[in-house]
Amino acid sequence: MADPWVRWDWVRDHGDDILAATRQHVELSLLAVAIGLLLSVPLGLAARRWRGLEAPILGLTGALFTIPSLALFALLVPFTGLSRTTAEIGLVGYTLLILVRNIVAGLDGVPPEVRDAAHGMGYRPLGQLLRVELPLALPVIVAGIRIATVTTIGLVTVTGLIGQGGLGAFIIEGINRDFRTPLVVGSVCSVALAVLADLGLAGATRLLSPWARRR
Amino acid sequence: MSLPADVVEWFTTAEHWRGDFGVPHRLTEHAVMSGAAVLAAVLIALPVGVWLGHRGRGGALAINLANVGRALPSLAILALAQQVFGLSGWPGFGARPAFVALVALAVPPLVTNAYVGMRGVDHDVVEAARGMGMTGRELLWRVELPIALPLIMAGLRTAAVQVVATATLAAVTAWGGLGRFIVDGFGQQDNAQIVAGALLVALLALVTELVLGRVQRAVVSQGLRAESAGVAEAPAVVTA
Repeated sequence: MADPWVRWDWVRDHGDDILAATRQHVELSLLAVAIGLLLSVPLGLAARRWRGLEAPILGLTGALFTIPSLALFALLVPFTGLSRTTAEIGLVGYTLLILVRNIVAGLDGVPPEVRDAAHGMGYRPLGQLLRVELPLALPVIVAGIRIATVTTIGLVTVTGLIGQGGLGAFIIEGINRDFRTPLVVGSVCSVALAVLADLGLAGATRLLSPWARRR
Repeated sequence: MSLPADVVEWFTTAEHWRGDFGVPHRLTEHAVMSGAAVLAAVLIALPVGVWLGHRGRGGALAINLANVGRALPSLAILALAQQVFGLSGWPGFGARPAFVALVALAVPPLVTNAYVGMRGVDHDVVEAARGMGMTGRELLWRVELPIALPLIMAGLRTAAVQVVATATLAAVTAWGGLGRFIVDGFGQQDNAQIVAGALLVALLALVTELVLGRVQRAVVSQGLRAESAGVAEAPAVVTA
């Protein structure tokens, strides 16, 4: 029980490892949210355009979201191995429900008068979507991106169990060696990353939607 | 032999259904631990969230709690709880650190949803109830709580599914449950065991979600039901 929570000499000796793990953590998270967004935008638009598709799309992404992360990774390992691909498939899968739901909710939140006005001004459907509806839906969509990003950063630690994991590798090292320092370093850095990402995206929303700033 | 055949063989091997390492025992462990953790979290979180919402206080705290909970990796909470509460277990009840970690993870979404649900009660409805002569207690039990119920139930679903998922991870920190099959399968490079464990865990999580969805539909007042389809789901993601 003499093990202190943080042994600073270990932290000093592992500065490079911590940086490398943090970078890997950021890469895994960014890639997952980016791919998730690329998939969610068409899914969200489809769910909104053909209302019959909304229930199956939300149902499927919801079921995916419900499957515990370790189980999802475990189901993929026999096919894609202990690889980055396995990690990314799982991580992307978890972003879908959050992103699709908020894209649909954001677009639904555009007032009908605005839509009518845009139509009356001669916007074609695509132009109306890109230049009127999406910008107005942006705050809710970015709220989804924030939640997806924070969730993903937390989940990346679990991919440490399949040999990826960025900062999660430290947490697992701490568990396996019953050694508190890497455990605390991995946990604190992961939380710090999540908070920074959330604040950064919150700032970006304010910049991107100046009309919503009065709050 | 192919993987599906291996998995079928795993499930049909009598040995995997017997004793302390068998499926029934692991499933019971998992379900009892998850159920107890959710129950404890409900007892802690609902009074806090409902009271804060009823009094309209502590909004920043109640809303941000879910965000903080999301940022904390569940693996980190499990590992930290293991360090603080040791490996000791209560007799017949699995490991204490796993229980503490699961409760800690379940509390934030419950508090936040209860608070948001209570705050979402239309002010006019509250005024009307007061005008009808309802006391604070009647207002709480007969008006605010029933209206907040869809969101409270949504929080319960989120918390329960998360607890079932995290109880799986607790196998990494030396607890039992269905996660054992996955973690031991990784250790023994036994793909059939990994997949079998993963299927059991996924099934338990999906059943949990479906059953609680049914319960939600059963307990939510009919007048709110049309609304609740959207309300129960959307704000939990949109606003939190």
